[in-house]
Amino acid sequence: MAVTGFILVGFVIVHMLGNLKVYQGEEKFNAYAVGLREIGSPAVGHEQFLWLMRLVLLTATGLHIVAAVQLTQMSHAARPVSYVQKKVIQATYASRTMRWGGVIITLFVVYHILHLTFGAVGFPPGQYRHLSVYRNVVTGFSLWYVSAFYIAAMVALGLHMYHGVWSMFQTLGLSDENTGRLYRSLAIVSSFVVVVGNISVPAGVLVGLVK
Amino acid sequence: MKLTLRVWRQKNANARGRFVTYEAKNITPDMSFLEMLDVVNEELIGRGEEPIAFEHDCREGICGSCGFMIDGVAHGPKRASTVCQLHMRSFRDGDSLTIEPWRAKAFPVIKDLIVDRSAFDRIIQAGGFISVPTGSAPDANAILVPKENAELAFDAAACIGCGACVAACPNASAMLFTAAKVSHLHLLPQGQPERYDRARNIVATMDKEEFGGCTNIGECEAVCPKEIRLHFIALMNRDLIRASVRDWKVGRRAAGM
Ligand code: FES
Repeated sequence: MAVTGFILVGFVIVHMLGNLKVYQGEEKFNAYAVGLREIGSPAVGHEQFLWLMRLVLLTATGLHIVAAVQLTQMSHAARPVSYVQKKVIQATYASRTMRWGGVIITLFVVYHILHLTFGAVGFPPGQYRHLSVYRNVVTGFSLWYVSAFYIAAMVALGLHMYHGVWSMFQTLGLSDENTGRLYRSLAIVSSFVVVVGNISVPAGVLVGLVK
Repeated sequence: MKLTLRVWRQKNANARGRFVTYEAKNITPDMSFLEMLDVVNEELIGRGEEPIAFEHDCREGICGSCGFMIDGVAHGPKRASTVCQLHMRSFRDGDSLTIEPWRAKAFPVIKDLIVDRSAFDRIIQAGGFISVPTGSAPDANAILVPKENAELAFDAAACIGCGACVAACPNASAMLFTAAKVSHLHLLPQGQPERYDRARNIVATMDKEEFGGCTNIGECEAVCPKEIRLHFIALMNRDLIRASVRDWKVGRRAAGM
């Protein structure tokens, strides 16, 4: 969970930074998208690095889900008879929604790829143009309900990431009696920055900041 | 005070249990929760009924025998307290309370509110000890321990093995208990020789006993009568990771690499 989560968090942060390039304007943003496909060239071939990364991410995601399913099954097996009454004392909302949060994020990722990578959903026919990423972002997010879905999904991601990042330090045995607070803050700040950075894009389109 | 209690009654491990409602009358705020149950039981015995079975011994919060859920909280509403140290002044006249045993596969109900916690004993047998030659007592202060380590080890050693951590955990995980045992020995010089074997064996036993997996929720810490902190779990995880790295290195050496 922690190791695969670490990879995914790394990706999410880099992806968010990439998204912010939208503010540098159409030319730079499109060049960035094209550039991603040429990383390492000429030593590495066209899109080869990109596909390697996609493979790593897909594997990490798969293992992350498998581990989550196993943990969930273990929990259910460990308490076959549930309580008639059970109160939550200090567990955060984020920690208690990791499982459903994970499901929501998975569905979002599928939609997101179909939407902005393939243009298969969320675009009127003929409006999506491969690698005209700036235009695609603007047209895609001008539909308010698509943007709303993205924004909601980012809130889910932020919650998941907050508990995930903090958990990671705990699982990898890094936190102790002095650093626990520091890692909590790190989890809050990193997830907050990712959420705000990402939400700013659809929100920016909606208010006309990005056009 | 007068209270209404909804209590889990179960004849034995195989019987089907159910909730039965009782009136607790003539209760004073100075009674402990267990004394309140004693009063109820006196009345039940007087009527020729089976008294409510619950576990207890010291009644001063140090043995770890007592414990059950009161209104969905392990050991009841008072923080850092066992049920034997919980007093009726923590409740209001006329309250109605639901009383349930710990619920976990690893802690099967024996009768009413009593569960079998021998899974904890087996965890201790797997690593909650140090090996020392017997003989005359060693000199005091022959082994020096830094003050901070002594304090931390003592914090972990305060665990009384009541099982509230497992009961409160949404995953029914025994990580806090196990981590407390590991940490208390890990932080002292006497625990060093078997440190990595201990971490490995004790966690393997914990898994075998069918406790759930820890997801760092932290409900255990909230109900622990001895306020064992969550960071001890990280400490145990650290030893566990180091143990596997060592195993891997030893394996490589054995394979001549
Ligand atoms: S009876 Fe000993 S701790 Fe409660």
